[in-house]
Order: sequence, then structure tokens, then C-alpha cells
Amino acid sequence: MGRKILFITTDQQRYDALGCNGGLIARTPTIDALSKHGITFDRAHPQNVVCMPSRSTMLTGQHVATHGVWMNGVPLPEDAPSIAADLRATGYATALIGKAHFEPLLDPFLRFTENRMGAHRSTNENPNDPHRGFDHMELATHGAAGALHYSQWIRDNHPESVLSYYRVLDNELQVNAEGGGDTKAPQVHVNPIPTEWYHTEWVAQRTIAWLESLPADRDWFCWMSFPDPHHPWDPPASEMHRVRWQDLDLPENYIANSTTREAVLDDKLRHWRGWYDGTFVSNYEAPARWVPATLTQDQVREVNAYTHVENELIDEAIAKVMGAIESRGWGNDLDVLYTTDHGEFQGDFGLLFKGPYHVDSLMRLPLIWRPAPSANIAPARVSAPVGHVSLAATFAHIAGIAQPSYVEAPRLPIHQAEAEQLGHERVLTEWDSVLFGKIVHLRTICRDNWVCTAALDGSMSKAGEGELYDLTHDPLQHVNRWDDPSVRTLREDLLADMWDNLPSQHLPLRSMDAPV
Amino acid sequence: MGTVRRFGFIDCDADTVWAFVGAPERLHEWFPITSCRVEGNKRWIVLAAGITFEEDIVTLDHDLRRFQYKIVNNPLITFHLGTVDVIPDGPNRCLLMYSTDMDPEVLALPIGGAAGVGIAKVKEMFDRK
Repeated sequence: MGRKILFITTDQQRYDALGCNGGLIARTPTIDALSKHGITFDRAHPQNVVCMPSRSTMLTGQHVATHGVWMNGVPLPEDAPSIAADLRATGYATALIGKAHFEPLLDPFLRFTENRMGAHRSTNENPNDPHRGFDHMELATHGAAGALHYSQWIRDNHPESVLSYYRVLDNELQVNAEGGGDTKAPQVHVNPIPTEWYHTEWVAQRTIAWLESLPADRDWFCWMSFPDPHHPWDPPASEMHRVRWQDLDLPENYIANSTTREAVLDDKLRHWRGWYDGTFVSNYEAPARWVPATLTQDQVREVNAYTHVENELIDEAIAKVMGAIESRGWGNDLDVLYTTDHGEFQGDFGLLFKGPYHVDSLMRLPLIWRPAPSANIAPARVSAPVGHVSLAATFAHIAGIAQPSYVEAPRLPIHQAEAEQLGHERVLTEWDSVLFGKIVHLRTICRDNWVCTAALDGSMSKAGEGELYDLTHDPLQHVNRWDDPSVRTLREDLLADMWDNLPSQHLPLRSMDAPV
Repeated sequence: MGTVRRFGFIDCDADTVWAFVGAPERLHEWFPITSCRVEGNKRWIVLAAGITFEEDIVTLDHDLRRFQYKIVNNPLITFHLGTVDVIPDGPNRCLLMYSTDMDPEVLALPIGGAAGVGIAKVKEMFDRK
């Protein structure tokens, strides 16, 4: 028997959401224990800060330029490389339970397998050649709308709860700006659904059910993918007693003085201020009719309270799955990897949601690898820059198979020294949005504790503009050093390194077949 | 307003391609829908998700090789105009172009995606080897 792999992802979760990363509000003892006994990465970045591109990188081990899913709504080709397929080929049972999102969710033609499987209540359309290499897929997203399995389950079993969730889209199919809760914060909603019917619990229970279906001697790879804490923020109302928003401090990077805040935003690429003022919505990731400049301090607190509750529920769901794995006798041979697809502002800079903003709020992510105890790997914290692009190679390494030729980064290191040996010097992140004439293209490198973002020609910026932050002396990234002559040589060195290491983008960009 | 355009060059003469895509009742043979029905200047199409669109045929111009239609009587869709053009590119090649203009704008994207599938299907059917 080999090592089993539990790959846990959340959606839109910040690095500081977890106790093991300094989080002080949400209690996350299960994830903290993984960190305590594993390798915790303190500078892990996604290769894109929205869902579909980021998740495609996890599955393929490729940068966005290579797999071509440059924005939400651009489907990952059915024949794209998949580490799940490679693991399956070596005898692993494979499953993805929860949020996949390699294909668009808005799909009235049911063109995409994920939606079609949900609509047909199938977990595998083609057992001989399963979709993306997963023997079993049971899928969910943020609520009860759409065709995916969780939505079907709620409709079949608890139809009275379908309308409990926040309505994600408004009547014009825009991301809904309607506010709720006590403060009328956008996408906050009091959800009367019982906790046991909520999607976090469903993901855990479906994962346990799949694991229980396996013979004891089977090796397996399970991607357990929670839709939370992504907006809408609508956890079960019965759980809201855990965190009172009135008791929360404002986030460290919330700039209370509006003059100072706006000066910080004005120092960045122009699309920041455009979005803040509600004049430039570049992508479909935030309510188009919500103006961030209207965000109040209490709304920030309430959004954070809802998020903390969702994070606690995720931790408790993971504990149940870990317990089920232990009860099967697999614990000693179990590797657990934990991460998220991208971050969330949660009030930083006076903003919510995400978009073309390459700062720690969206790019610095939780990433933990708890190796199988049987592997006798010592716990460590690694500060070297790493990315999701290394996950596929890591899964292959755990399974004892050769690194697939399609992956573009070495596996994750098990300690700081090995990070250098494996070549983890930099991590790269791309952004491309082209939506009805609004265009933003960014390329970012993080190296030597600097983050350098180059804009390409677009609606609000032109090539030659950018952002440069010194993470050592300016960890909140308030001071854009791009035009500072004293760091000009460093900037040019970072940019040269980025262009040397970033794969060439396939042009023309593949078509965007949905907004999300 | 959402506006999208998809196109493909077909290695086949324009008249042959137009005879197929210019027949509104044959949409389901190339577009990823479940079924369609035409009565006079009305068409109804059914999507795989179970949605039915009622459409008005606005233009069916065999000289211009242009077909235009509007989705109507749909509370969600406040404006729509879809256009299919077949444009000769020499005697044995043509351009098949599908455009859609729509409010809500985001719905133009999945329709554009479906059009891309449809154009690929026509290309597969008519490209001369």
C-alpha cells in the first residue's frame, strides 16, 4: 500500500484566516494541528487570483499562460493534463467532492461536463475514461442554484431550504449588490438553513461516504473542495453566535482615514481607484453596482464575522473527515495538503471581494502539507516563495511516480534548505481580463521579499506602468516603489527574471464562454 | 449591452453552407440545443437545461445570406438581436459569422460560447477534405 492523499481546498480564504498563521478570531484547531505536524508555507501564491484559472493550475501543474484558462468563464479543455488522471493510472482511486470549477457555472446549454453530471445526477459519465481523471465527482458551489450535485440534493431532499441562500445574481444576472445582515453589507445574508444541510457539511459527508466505499487496501486521492468562505457570506444563522461582529477590531490593513486610504489607492495602478469609485468594473468577481467607497467600518466587521464563522465550520468539517480516515486505519499513511484558490480583501484598503489587485490580501494564501506520519518528515515552516503550480508535482512525488512532463514547477519542499535546492526562488501570478471592452493585463513576480507587478496595455494602464512593494519594510503594501529611482535596478532585475521564467502565453486567448 | 462575435472559415462554397445554416428549422443540427420548432416568423428553441426561448425571425435574406432573430417574451432578456452571416471568400470558401447583442450583457457570453460550438460543427460537416 502507498500513501493516501487528502487534498483540501477552500475558496477565497486569506492566509491570516487560520490560527496557525496568526489568525486570532476563527478557531481552527484541526488545520492548526496539520500545520503543527507538517510543513507550513508562509509565502504561497496562486498563479491567478480568481477561481477557474487558479484551480486549473492546481490540477495541471501549469501556469495560466500554458493551460490557457485566463479568466473565469474560460473552460479548461477536456483533454488538459490532470494529475488526477496520472494518479488514477497508477492505481489510485480518485475523487473530487465539492467545488471543481474547471468549467463555467452559468451554462444554460449544459455544454460542460460538470454541470451535465450534476443535472443527470451522475458521478462519472464515462467509467473507462472519467472526466479529468476523477472516478467520482460530486460537485457544489456557493448555494443551491444551478445544476450541480449539491443543488440537486437540496432540491430533492430539502426544497424548503433552496431559497434560504443568498441570491447570488440579481435580476440582470449581475453579481448581486443587495446587502443584508445588520449592516446591509453586500452579499451578507442571514441564512436559516440548518447546519447539517449547509454545503460545508455536505462536502464533508459526501467525502466520508466516498471514502467508506473504498476497500481498506486501496490507495486514494481525494480532492475535498469547500465552496466557503467565498461570498456570498451566508453561513447558517444558528452558527452566528460564534463571532459577534460588534466585537471585532477592524483589519490591520483597513485604512480608516478616507483621505489616507484614497492616497494609498491613487499610488497604485489606476484600476484600483476606478473600482473603488465605482467607475471601472473590470471583471465579474464583484457586484458591478456596488461602490467600494461606500463600505462602512461596521460592514467590514460584519463581513469578517461571517467569514470567521464559515472558517470555523470548515475546520470542524475537516475534523469529521479526519476522524473517518483514522477509523479506517489509514491515518499513518495519509498525506494532507491544505490550501485555497485565492484570497479576499475582507476590508483591506477599504475593499471587499477580489480582482486585478496583486497584493497579499489576494495572493498570500494558506498552504500546508502534512506528510504521512509514516514518511517521518519533520515539521517546518518555509518562507521561500512557492505556488499552486507545485501541487501536481507534489502529488506525484507522494504517490511515488515520476514528475509528469507537463508540470512546470518542482514539487513543494519539505524545509527551507530544500526550497533552495529545488529552485523555489520566485513565484509568478498572471491576470488577464477582457470583458466588453474593459481590459486589464498584469504579470507579477514575488522574489526576495519584493512583489513586482507589470501592467500590460489595457483600458486603464499601459505597458511600462506597475507596482513594486517591499514586503520587509512595507508588509501592508501601501507604498508603491515602481517609480522610485533608488530601486530601479532591482525592479528591472525582477522584471527580467519574471519574463525569463514565465511561459509564453498562447494567443489568441481562448474564448470566454460565460461570466463565471 | 453585451456584444459578442464568433466566426470560422469553412472550406466550402457559401451557397452550400447557407442552404444549411439559413434554414431556421435546422438549428438543432448544428447549434448545441435540444430541439427547435418554426411556425411562420416564430421559432422556439429548447436548451439542454430545459429553458425554452421564443424567438421572432427578423431577417431571412437569401441574397445577403443573413439570418437575424430576437428572443422575445422573456422576462429576463430586455434586448436581443442575433445575426448569422455567410460571406463568400472566393468560390470554394466562406466565412460563417455569428453575432449577438444582448441585455443582460452577461448572457451574451454563453450564447457566444454555444455559437463557437455550432460554428465548429458546421466546419466539421462542410469543410472539404
